[in-house]
Amino acid sequence: MTDQNTASFAITQANALTCGLFLLSSFGIVAARQVLASIRIFVLQSLFLAASALLLGIHHASLHLYLVSAITIVTKCCIIPYVLARLVGQEQYACRELSQALNIPFSLLVAMILSIFAYYIASPLLVAGGNVFARLNLPVGLAGLLLGALALGTRREAIPQVMGILGMENGAFLAGISIAPDLPLMAELAAAFDVLILAVVLGFLARHIHQSLGSTEVGLMADLKEE
Amino acid sequence: MDLKLFLLIPVVVAILSLIPFPLAFIRSATLTGGLICLGLAAEISREVISSSGPVYSGSWLFCDGLGAIIILLVAFVGVTASIFSWGYIKDSTSPKGVLQVRRYYTLFNLFLFSMYAIPLLRHLGLIWVAVEMTTLMSAFLVGFGDTPKALEAAWKYVILTCMGAAVALFGILLLYWARRLSGPGPFTWQGLISSPTPMSPAIVRVAFILILVGLGTKVGLVPLHTWLPDAHSQAPSPVCALLSGVETTTVLYIILRLIPILSRLPSVHSDTWFMGAGLLSAGVAAFLLLQVRDYKRLFAFSTIEHMGIILFAAGLYGTEAGFGTMYQVISHAMTKSFCFLAAGTVLTAVGTRKIDSVRGLARAAPVAGAALIFGALAIAGAPPFAVFIGEFSIIRAGLSTGHFIATGLLAAFIVLAFCGIMTRVNRMVFGKPDENDGKGPKTLPVSNLAALIIAGIPVILLGLYVPEPIQKLIGLAASAIWR
Repeated sequence: MTDQNTASFAITQANALTCGLFLLSSFGIVAARQVLASIRIFVLQSLFLAASALLLGIHHASLHLYLVSAITIVTKCCIIPYVLARLVGQEQYACRELSQALNIPFSLLVAMILSIFAYYIASPLLVAGGNVFARLNLPVGLAGLLLGALALGTRREAIPQVMGILGMENGAFLAGISIAPDLPLMAELAAAFDVLILAVVLGFLARHIHQSLGSTEVGLMADLKEE
Repeated sequence: MDLKLFLLIPVVVAILSLIPFPLAFIRSATLTGGLICLGLAAEISREVISSSGPVYSGSWLFCDGLGAIIILLVAFVGVTASIFSWGYIKDSTSPKGVLQVRRYYTLFNLFLFSMYAIPLLRHLGLIWVAVEMTTLMSAFLVGFGDTPKALEAAWKYVILTCMGAAVALFGILLLYWARRLSGPGPFTWQGLISSPTPMSPAIVRVAFILILVGLGTKVGLVPLHTWLPDAHSQAPSPVCALLSGVETTTVLYIILRLIPILSRLPSVHSDTWFMGAGLLSAGVAAFLLLQVRDYKRLFAFSTIEHMGIILFAAGLYGTEAGFGTMYQVISHAMTKSFCFLAAGTVLTAVGTRKIDSVRGLARAAPVAGAALIFGALAIAGAPPFAVFIGEFSIIRAGLSTGHFIATGLLAAFIVLAFCGIMTRVNRMVFGKPDENDGKGPKTLPVSNLAALIIAGIPVILLGLYVPEPIQKLIGLAASAIWR
């Protein structure tokens, strides 16, 4: 085995590990029992996304993916948690049990079924084309997308719902770095900016809701429906 | 002409709105910006017609027949909504109120900016960002009233449409992958159509379904439509006119743009998906229409129904159906924005959104009553209004391509929706007014009337005769999409 092959093998293995951890953190977003925990798990998930982008960047020798990795760390691991903490205030951050539409063991069961479904959807696509990275990143990214949607559907509290959306986007980006590594930088930057605005808008809305309802349990808001 | 101006002008006006000038200045700046954009849209349409092909500006922007139609619609509704806002968003003397009006106009212009960006941008990645922007910029416009209900609507709106956007992002990335596997080339609409080798149908199928579901959330397709009646009923009426009239249309534009790509890959069965999704939305919305108690929700459900009709027509994949689709896109945007302005007028006049507590508008508030019945007839599809002609040509195209059962169902849903809208509005407009409320009719602001008149002109005009430039634009769009 030459040096290059060894290096490429090591990168593939490291990326596999990162993807595994990413999938685990997606489960964490579904299962976290406290607001603060769900934000911390999201930060971890974004770190794994950044790590995967870094590994792929080393493999493709692409400056572009390094930048993606750096942008992810700056926006998702630093700015977004800070902004949400500032906007939403300490009391929602306080550790407490979250109310859920489904209980946690059952959510985890659904999450498992969804991840198997993600592999089932992704495997015919990988026949059509796909390198060794896409083989992992695509199904795991799709699972991240579905699990984020599950978290969004089962949570009743504002901030965990936001984490669900951001987790969905992380899933899409995890797949994106493997199947579309040469997307123009302009689009990447705009998307990062967009995620930032998303966090700010939802943070502000959650704050308004807290001011007018006295809680951020958005699941309780059910005035608007047909009689 | 430089297409960048469309993006520059709203941003400049948005920045001006933040500077503490008198409110009248901000209002007139918004109106002037809107009028300039409308003029530019007319100019760009002329250029597109005379070159009968896309007009490019730099490597990021372009405009063709379909794009010109969307831009004209956005610019026109932008103008009527900014006139309507003049009297609807009240002047306030408290510093907090003034700040709120300023914020309204800033976001209003940024919202317009994001809607201009969608049809102008060439790169799909950037278009996705623009779609997210339309949600984020309009979130606080929906929650503008700051009441618990408005905040609930705004929260649902952002959460559901951003979830849809994330799903669509995955689809767009898959589409990029398919395009890259089939050979080098740019990831633009043109680049997707002219791929050197056909794209992999397996990948395109999944990408298409994800994009349809994701952007369908934003368009208001069933089953992810639940945010739409809430947001479109709680937002201030000029914002509703923008949301229902043109925001849904600009996102639908992206789905329409996929058609020339998908029709080259018959194994994706995109036509069945389009027709099925369209029929489902039209049907569910027509039944939901029958049990609403809020007249703004009535029009919101009608938006879902019309989006379904347009999607159905788009899925017929013929040039004749293409004409019908484009005609329906235009007439829906014009009529629905008028309807919401009329609903806003009624709300100003009577102060309630409940259908049951409004009676005899024709006597109590003649202008509001006349506008409401006019808008309702037009949107429900009574002749000789534009929507009638659009629906008629869609049904004819459906029958001539042999989709008898589906078209029959669609016709039944249209009739059902017609009855649903007309029975409600009839009760509100005619009959004896309630005497016991004791309040005299409120005088309507002049801007309100002006907006209604201007918005009403194309609603009548398009039903009687289509100006030649519009006809040419429709022809260009239809031949580019459904060739």
